[in-house]
Amino acid sequence: MVGLIEIEKPVKELEGKIAELKNLAETQNIDLSEQIGNLEERAEKLKRRIYRNLTPWQKTQMARHPLRPYTLDYANALFDEYIELHGDRHYGDDKSIVGGFAKLDGKPVLFIGHQKGRNTMENIERNFGCAHPEGYRKAMRLMEQAERFKRPILTFIDTQGAFCGIEAEERGQSEAIASSLRFMSQLKTPVVAVIIGEGGSGGAIGLGVANRILMLENSVYSVISPEGCAAILWKDAGRAQEAADILRLTAVDLKKFGIIDEIIPEPVGGAHNDCEKTISAVKRAVKRHLGELSAMTSEELVSDRYDKFRRMGVLGE
Amino acid sequence: MTLKDWFIKRPKYSSTGLESSHLRVPDGLMTKCPGCEDVIYNKELEKNHKVCPKCSHHFRLSARERLDITIDAGSFEEYDSDMSSANPLDFPEYESKLAKSMSKTGQTDAVITGQATVAGYKTVIAVTDFAFMGGSMGSVVGEKIVTAMERAIELRLPVLVISASGGGARMQEGILSLMQMAKTSAAAARLREAGLPYIVVLTDPTMGGVAASFASLGDVIMAEPGALIGFAGPRVIEQTIRQKLPEGFQRAEFQLEHGFVDIIVMRKDIVATISTLYSFYLD
Repeated sequence: MVGLIEIEKPVKELEGKIAELKNLAETQNIDLSEQIGNLEERAEKLKRRIYRNLTPWQKTQMARHPLRPYTLDYANALFDEYIELHGDRHYGDDKSIVGGFAKLDGKPVLFIGHQKGRNTMENIERNFGCAHPEGYRKAMRLMEQAERFKRPILTFIDTQGAFCGIEAEERGQSEAIASSLRFMSQLKTPVVAVIIGEGGSGGAIGLGVANRILMLENSVYSVISPEGCAAILWKDAGRAQEAADILRLTAVDLKKFGIIDEIIPEPVGGAHNDCEKTISAVKRAVKRHLGELSAMTSEELVSDRYDKFRRMGVLGE
Repeated sequence: MTLKDWFIKRPKYSSTGLESSHLRVPDGLMTKCPGCEDVIYNKELEKNHKVCPKCSHHFRLSARERLDITIDAGSFEEYDSDMSSANPLDFPEYESKLAKSMSKTGQTDAVITGQATVAGYKTVIAVTDFAFMGGSMGSVVGEKIVTAMERAIELRLPVLVISASGGGARMQEGILSLMQMAKTSAAAARLREAGLPYIVVLTDPTMGGVAASFASLGDVIMAEPGALIGFAGPRVIEQTIRQKLPEGFQRAEFQLEHGFVDIIVMRKDIVATISTLYSFYLD
């Protein structure tokens, strides 16, 4: 089956059996309702047991799940209208960061997010969701407009990280991310960021300087990938599972550290198991936060964002 | 030993290795320059601010050494000198790494901040130290940089940052390190808004989360010749694209050519250049 990951296998196996039995009951006209009922109950229990106790590494896999709703899936479902705008006006259009004007229940917002691909073709086009400098420059160009026209900004974060390549360096990956951080910190309009999948290091925070930072339950946000961390610590990327435990990259960890404001719960089985439900949960949370922020003046928004990040960090005694 | 072994070509002098000689000039009498492979008397090297007199290879300096050659003698007033790191993630071996760096450098973390006069100009100054966990930025470095910038705003002083932060955002503090990028960039934004000059000197090496935050936001960005400056480390890039990188990639000269550095300045000329810039901004 497409995109099935290890944790999902026992559940899918059981569900396969149920489907088989149902099929048998129908075609052979025998009553198997008791057996089916039993199995369904077992499947439900199994699901709850598995998905309530995901390890950080399993959550990382869920966050990277190829069937998980991506930024443009949200764009299509969240908004009454969405018009995508392209290019940084300097070099080109980065397809790993998308953005445009949108209407959220009639209210105009600027929407920006990382876009991954679901298959090889799409991933080549989207560069696996790893942006070049022009992606961040496009984001800044659009955010400047949102600020000028007093529209709130909604960013969706879902990237392994900013791209590590020759051209990215030649065009100033560091400068682009640094400028985006500085620029976002000064925006005189409400900014809400949602981590919908992978929050990978500098590439993620490049769109993440927000007044409110929300995180889907099974998304992750980290300074380095578990594989990268394992490669540095033990010279063995294969020990990513252990590294994931160490890095404290889950939504629960980040809430504890005061980095994020809210965890948006996912349906049992993860966001991709019920995209509609996930998207409407995201919508409710985003609308609530935008509503609260709309009461603030532009000066309050800027100082609120500054103070929020100013507090982050833990110092020794 | 076989007869053949007698004829194996051996280096004339034992090399200290590229890495270690980059980090610190050993206490011995002489040092081999990784630039021209010539051997230099340490005394001569010290006198020349650790720049090779023959090929101008710039050796790395500790933050203290850097301060000493930059500020006017006796003018330094240090900020937050006792601020030290915690281990909020319970990251394995972080404490021992910190302890090792502390004893090696005599610093509590990877940055020294304070105020001083440079060529007679009163300024806030921050210097990062590669010898302390690669000059990487965790909560302490972020907090000290932000505090220094906020004091500069309060006191209406310019800010000078000299970076030797090859380590980027410090892995051992996880997401908290990542957030320091936003925190320091936000402070740099306030500095800019306050109309105060911000000068950055990039020295070997400045990479990752430090390059992608406050170190790239100077009004003027200087670099020492040959300094490695970039976002991703060369090894990471080689692994990603599966090809060898061209000669000189991510060096100061490459950054100048691509428009990300204003000016490359020899170590001996840095103070004079800062003075020229400050006179433009402040006099």
